[in-house]
Amino acid sequence: MYDTFPLWPARASTTAGSVDALFIFLVILSAMVSVAIFAAIVLFAVRYRRRRGVTAEPIEGSTALEITWSVIPLGIFIVIFLWGAVIYFKERTPPRGATEVYVVAKQWMWKLQHEEGQREINELHVPVGRDVKMILTSQDVIHSFYVPAFRIKQDVLPGRYTTAWFRPTKAGIYHLFCAEYCGSQHSGMIGQVVVLEPAQYEAWLSGGAASGSMASSGESIFQQLGCSTCHRSDTQGRGPNLAGLFGKPVQLEDGRVLTADENYIRESILTPGAKIVSGFKPIMPVFQGLVSEEQLNALVAYVKSLNPSSSGAAGSPAAVPSGAKPQETKVQ
Amino acid sequence: MADSPTAVEHHNPALKHHFVDMEQQREASSLGMWLFLATEIMFFGGMFCAYLIYRYWYFPDFAAASSSLDITLGTVNTAVLICSSLTVVMAVRAAQLGKRQQQVVYLALTLVLGLAFLGVKAIEWTSKFEEHHVPGPTFNFQGSIPGHPDQPVDQHHAQLFFSLYFAMTGMHALHMIIGVGIFAYLLYHAWKGAYTPEYHTPLENSGLYWHFVDIVWIYLFPLLYLIDRKK
Amino acid sequence: MATAAITAERETYLNQEYGIKSWLLTVDHKRIALLYLLSITFFFFIGGFFALLIRLELLTPAGDLVQADTYNKLFTMHGQVMVFFFLIPSIPAVLGNFLVPLMIGAKDLAFPRINLLSWYLYIIAGVLMLHCMLTGGVDTGWTFYTPFSTAFSNTKVIEAGLAIFISGFSSILTGLNFVVTIHRMRAPGMTWNRLPLFIWAHYATSIIQLLGTPVIAVTLVLVVLERALHLGIFDPTRGGDPLLFQHLFWFYSHPAVYIMILPSMGVVTEIVPCFSRKRIFGYKFVALSSISIAVFGFLVWAHHMFVAGISLYAALIFSALSYLVAVPSAVKVFNWTATMYKGSITFSTPMLYAFGFIGLFLMGGLTGLFLAALGIDVHVTDTYFVVAHFHYIMVGGAVMGYLGGMHFWWPKISGRMYPESLGRLAAVIVFLGFNLTFFPQFILGYLGMPRRYWQYPPEFQVLNVLSTAGSTILAVGYLLPMVYFLWSMRYGKIAPDNPWGASGLEWMTSSPPPTFNFDHPPVVNWEAYDYENIPAPQEARSGG
Repeated sequence: MYDTFPLWPARASTTAGSVDALFIFLVILSAMVSVAIFAAIVLFAVRYRRRRGVTAEPIEGSTALEITWSVIPLGIFIVIFLWGAVIYFKERTPPRGATEVYVVAKQWMWKLQHEEGQREINELHVPVGRDVKMILTSQDVIHSFYVPAFRIKQDVLPGRYTTAWFRPTKAGIYHLFCAEYCGSQHSGMIGQVVVLEPAQYEAWLSGGAASGSMASSGESIFQQLGCSTCHRSDTQGRGPNLAGLFGKPVQLEDGRVLTADENYIRESILTPGAKIVSGFKPIMPVFQGLVSEEQLNALVAYVKSLNPSSSGAAGSPAAVPSGAKPQETKVQ
Repeated sequence: MADSPTAVEHHNPALKHHFVDMEQQREASSLGMWLFLATEIMFFGGMFCAYLIYRYWYFPDFAAASSSLDITLGTVNTAVLICSSLTVVMAVRAAQLGKRQQQVVYLALTLVLGLAFLGVKAIEWTSKFEEHHVPGPTFNFQGSIPGHPDQPVDQHHAQLFFSLYFAMTGMHALHMIIGVGIFAYLLYHAWKGAYTPEYHTPLENSGLYWHFVDIVWIYLFPLLYLIDRKK
Repeated sequence: MATAAITAERETYLNQEYGIKSWLLTVDHKRIALLYLLSITFFFFIGGFFALLIRLELLTPAGDLVQADTYNKLFTMHGQVMVFFFLIPSIPAVLGNFLVPLMIGAKDLAFPRINLLSWYLYIIAGVLMLHCMLTGGVDTGWTFYTPFSTAFSNTKVIEAGLAIFISGFSSILTGLNFVVTIHRMRAPGMTWNRLPLFIWAHYATSIIQLLGTPVIAVTLVLVVLERALHLGIFDPTRGGDPLLFQHLFWFYSHPAVYIMILPSMGVVTEIVPCFSRKRIFGYKFVALSSISIAVFGFLVWAHHMFVAGISLYAALIFSALSYLVAVPSAVKVFNWTATMYKGSITFSTPMLYAFGFIGLFLMGGLTGLFLAALGIDVHVTDTYFVVAHFHYIMVGGAVMGYLGGMHFWWPKISGRMYPESLGRLAAVIVFLGFNLTFFPQFILGYLGMPRRYWQYPPEFQVLNVLSTAGSTILAVGYLLPMVYFLWSMRYGKIAPDNPWGASGLEWMTSSPPPTFNFDHPPVVNWEAYDYENIPAPQEARSGG
């Protein structure tokens, strides 16, 4: 799997190439600058070493030179900044239609669940060439999901979701590290990302004991916890209709308008009083402590899957059958 | 700086050996106190920053928690501190005019007012303790969002308010206690005649400190006590 | 003061009074500097010992030397001791305390008793820290991230937090003293533009100490309160935000790195002109760059949080500002190099340390450009790349500047010369050992080895072994000066007033200086670094 003495990390995602390009540029730039300064110093040290009868020449300075060697570096820095910013912008903007994987980090393991329902521990199977968006949260302290071969890293926080995405380009097995110190077994919280060719991935998917997609698990929980009592698919419910909610703007009672993203849905379940939708009463019960992270993820997946009411039965999820390509979701 | 100071300053017992003259000593002490106050602004600033962020996020719960504070006592304390800043200024003026008796009176008044502030604070905190508004295992805030009697206050957010309330007023009270100690010291030395028109730097600088602690309260009071009060 | 007689023993600050009380109750800035020298050296060796244990553990991929929990405590305490108890005080509290009054022609600092108080606060903090380390230690990382530090760690977080809180006040008081002294106690004729750049550097450092340290003080207070009382300020299960802690922490801790580097830049700016026999190139720009670094340094803190969960826009702003702060540092490197042009250069030990500083600081600074680039930072943050970067600046930069300064001013401080050839040898050993220790870590970081790892995948071993080998060489390089400085106090050549032929008021008084610094208060009517008017160095007198 690995050389005994690698000097460059494997390149296995679309991002890796662009990150490496900027890195190599910076290495060359740094080498040139270092060599130039070292050479100057060595040159001066030798050429101007103390010799009898030769005195140093008193030179005050040169404003022109000072401005030159302030402006030129600044110009170069601006270029580097822009280049790095472009890469970062792409890294932080998951493409539409990405497959979603929900990740729950805890001391000291990674729990992952595919949209289709497969669960994994410390391992993530993904197919070459597909965009994968991860929705991450922690059960306890801050962790960080790091795959060097993909050049991606994202801190995983308790109490909210963070996201990261990648598209693998090469089959293989790559390290997954926790990169934010999280206690005793921080260095043991490692795993692997297994990138398979698409055919092999489909085989893996169907071979696994999937207990239904996340969205369908979410639907069961939605019924069990009584959410459907108030969140009906018509306008008669005591709570807002959730169909087509995800990704859309929501007007709150205090006038604020925000987008219904994963964090909004999560917060609305755990501490509903924080953001009351305009026109509704603050009567939703608090579910903090009553749902696990995995259940929350399933509920979020379920709400995301709700089509607009034209799809027929209220609240039916757009479940992704195993083996088929993921349906294009409207948002994100 | 002249190499030969005036005869008076050369013999001023308050001149420290490493200073050239009293003016340098006075200016150095004053600059030192102003810089120290700058550090205090940054110190309190961290807590104000945390407070402002959470207040913005959890405004209704913070408003509810704030209205449980005793606005009368808070106002009384504000008045007490403002008066005490006045008495400090009068004490410094008395020193400038060489009036020892007046200095002592005004310093004593400042001390009394400072202690009064601390006394009122103790009363407030005691009532908070009795109402179970002290953060920790016994915390229990009963109440609803102002204007929405059917919406209960989030316990966590209310506890955040009170955590910051106690941290900020506690830190302020600690500074008041230190100030009271300083002024007790000044009172004693003023009574012994240590402060003259030529030398009353400790009074001036301690006055600066006292004014600063007063100003911190002037920010704390509306931020903590006056959220969304509709009287 | 009596004029020095060559044969009779001259009165200096060292022999003016004897006895432990005269040291522990001194208000002489020079004696306080030596008190600090002893204390920070002690903590340097403690922090260094932890580093050696870390590097020994990392010789093998498996965790086989110490347990995971012990390792976590080792890197935490290495960081805390080195940052708060060595680097932050080092140059200001030792060289700054000793030299600031001398360089500006004053008899002492503005507040001598506050100076002594700052040392006692440091000692109290140090004792508390030692107690914490000896009775269980702390394992949160020097960065104390919440909620791990407030709600999950089972170690002595409160004690460590309090120790650092107290040490912060020591730092604040030192900074306060310097700013007031520099403003109010300059000798007649010592205008701002005639000040040695060492003074400008300490002025800038002091501004950061004054304005930044209180923020970490209050942050640690909040952490201690939260941990003790389960408040929820940083705990998301109680409505708090762990990112708030990070913002508050880094608001100080980023400027803190400038507290650590600016003074050594000041040292280098004294050494290079002296051993090139010409004035610094671009005095005003070097002074301005120190102030700019101090100001801009307060604007970049969230570049430690690019993957922490901050918004895209915040990340863009902080990345851009981080590039701004790199410009003044680059300017300094160019100015030092330009100073050597058409100079008359000697390769004394201080000059070798200055060369080392410039080279290693340059490399550390260039790798900072990598980290400020958002796309790259996502990959290398929290890896050994960052570890290598900051050690290049703090060890390759700050510590070498400190050692260079100690050698440069040792004759003034002790009245003795250290053995020059051993000095040069140690400088070279430090330089080589340092590079072998830390250069491989850049590669390790890019390969993906995260930091704070007790065990690691086997393909990282070769580079780790190289790094550990380097650290043993580095250790030898650090032990040598300890030995020969002590030796020189008894057997070193007697130093003349100005062995290097250097500019600066401190060289116009005896080595060591009398208690009140100058026999006659100086009046300055020359520019700084007027090397064209300073004669070549005297030879040191031999004998004991």
